[in-house]
Amino acid sequence: MNQIVLLPVILPLLGAGLCLVFGRSAFAQRIISIAVLALVVTVSAILLVRADQHGPQTVNVGGWPADIGISLVADRLSALMLLVSTIVTLCVLLYSFGQGIVEFGRDAPLSVFHPTFLVLSAGVSNAFLSADLFNLFVGFEILLVSSYVLITLGGTGARVRSGTIYIVVSLISSAVFLIAIACVYAATGTVNLAALSGRIAELPPEIANLLQLLLLTTFCIKAAVFPLSAWLPDSYPTAPAPVTAVFAGLLTKVGIYAIIRTQTLLFPDNDLRTLLLWAAVFTMVVGILGAVAQSDIKRILSFTLVSHIGYMLFGVAIGSTAGLSGAIFYIAHHITVQTTLFLVAGLIEYRSSTTNLDKLGGLARAAPMLSVMFFVPAMNLAGIPPFSGFLGKLALVQAGVADDRWLSYVGVAGAIITSLLTLYAIAKVWNRAFWQPAEDAEELGHDSHGGSMHGRSGVSTKTDRTSSWKTSEQQRLPLGMVLPTLLLVGLSVGLTVVAGPLLDFTTRAAEELQGRSSYIVAVLGGGG
Amino acid sequence: MTANLPLVILVGIMVAAGVTLVLERSLTRILIGFVLIGNGISVLYLVISGPAGTAPIVGLSDEPMSDPLPQAMVLTAIVITLGVTSFGLALAYRAWQLTGHDDVQDDVEDDLIRRRAEQDETSVTFDGADAALPDEDGSDEGPHPAIGIDEPETTVPDAIADAEQGTP
Repeated sequence: MNQIVLLPVILPLLGAGLCLVFGRSAFAQRIISIAVLALVVTVSAILLVRADQHGPQTVNVGGWPADIGISLVADRLSALMLLVSTIVTLCVLLYSFGQGIVEFGRDAPLSVFHPTFLVLSAGVSNAFLSADLFNLFVGFEILLVSSYVLITLGGTGARVRSGTIYIVVSLISSAVFLIAIACVYAATGTVNLAALSGRIAELPPEIANLLQLLLLTTFCIKAAVFPLSAWLPDSYPTAPAPVTAVFAGLLTKVGIYAIIRTQTLLFPDNDLRTLLLWAAVFTMVVGILGAVAQSDIKRILSFTLVSHIGYMLFGVAIGSTAGLSGAIFYIAHHITVQTTLFLVAGLIEYRSSTTNLDKLGGLARAAPMLSVMFFVPAMNLAGIPPFSGFLGKLALVQAGVADDRWLSYVGVAGAIITSLLTLYAIAKVWNRAFWQPAEDAEELGHDSHGGSMHGRSGVSTKTDRTSSWKTSEQQRLPLGMVLPTLLLVGLSVGLTVVAGPLLDFTTRAAEELQGRSSYIVAVLGGGG
Repeated sequence: MTANLPLVILVGIMVAAGVTLVLERSLTRILIGFVLIGNGISVLYLVISGPAGTAPIVGLSDEPMSDPLPQAMVLTAIVITLGVTSFGLALAYRAWQLTGHDDVQDDVEDDLIRRRAEQDETSVTFDGADAALPDEDGSDEGPHPAIGIDEPETTVPDAIADAEQGTP
């Protein structure tokens, strides 16, 4: 029965192969992709229940013992991450059907998108399930390489420009990761996380610190933690809406997951908590100041993404059960909300051919449905009660106050300021894109209209829609794009409804992480 | 474990040379730098696998055998480096097709700030009174010449659109 732990990795890879076989038929590709991801969602749900009731689920790939072969483990944290990420991936896939992302241009081969998307999903699952540092690296590489393809999809000038920066930064982080693994292996003779947790404790503290810093640097680049976050706001906004949405939802969270896993399992009592706390505070505040300065919805959202990574890091840096629990809750909340917002930004772009606030206006009257779909997750992101964003922030702030050191209070202050500034940035979008009368927007942006925005995304390349208001008013949003977005909006609200049980669950997950023994026993003792 | 010093020095030289190349502007050079770093790391895995022994097959001989795990890891790393390098080369070729060069271009924000500087234009929130203060050497020429709120503002999307049309 434990073999189902393999499925979230294997199924998408098989699906990707099948998609390539049926490369000529878009219909077959869609059926395969949906079927595969739906199956993975089911498997993840089963894993979540089993991990919660029976402890970590382990499988040793190929039947090799854990210290020789590769183990995959689904404990509470992994299973929750897996479930949330696959649900979000499935919704984004449905959205991409609606948008007809595969249509964007004759340049992009039809067959590339679905297989790559599935491989990305396999990489994310592999990273979440891996109980082995090197397999974690392989998971990262799988998802990174597919993200290289997705971010440069279509090969337009803007995407090549931003994709180049993204790829070079990722290559460097991978190189650092490889060096870190080499050092870990040289110092301990193993790369199995469970075995490492015992052996790193026996190392001299300066060597353990070196290993910890190397691993943290790697994961902080992937998670876009300040000061290693500058690549993100520049590279994400140019990709097509579904791609940006899934990147924003998943890729940085994989980095945060890796930080949580290594911090709790390998370096439980570390000296670097102060450093992490400062990094968290700066990530929050600097990120949100960037968002305030922007005038494009996608760029604002990218900066809020960087900023809110700080919240999760804050929870990890506090290190108490409450802090970890808050961080895990916040990840689940943030994956759904940030993805939803990027999808809504895609809808706005579809409707108005732009996401530039100087050129938008009057959407509240022209598209009331769209306004609601933006308003709910936006308020959720800013942390307005009673949404899950508020509950997550509250849990983190409470954990910070309970920690009772002056630095934690700095973090709490940073968290509250960031929350207010997020509200400000979101309110700016709301006022200018939705409430500002359309005439004003037209005056402001009229001289620079003239098709300059074409080619920025998949949607705007495929038609020659003019961006003036008269024509776009007739532009109806396709149901295939609206329904998945609504589904995600519903899901993010649903997280609020189940917040109580979910917080209980994340508390159990945090206790399991801090206990460490159940994970170690599951990997080294059992399995097969 | 005793490390092999010449190999460690070799790793240092290769990675250092690679880092120098990665700091270059042209994507092709960055890729060559990355390949150098990758090869340096592969040598690092030779270092950590310890002294060479017999083939790592159990029961083949009684001599101490090589550690097979770093070999497996380094093979994986080499394959990944190969794939990523070929993708990077394709990307460099595409950039050359579009723009005639494969230089990594500036961040959109950098571009925007440089344009503002070229137009000698200040931010709309710039306080003119500050600029009117005399300089340290006393050359007080009155207020700053261009506090132009009326001038057309260059926006981030414009910069993106320009980057798209291939203007470097």
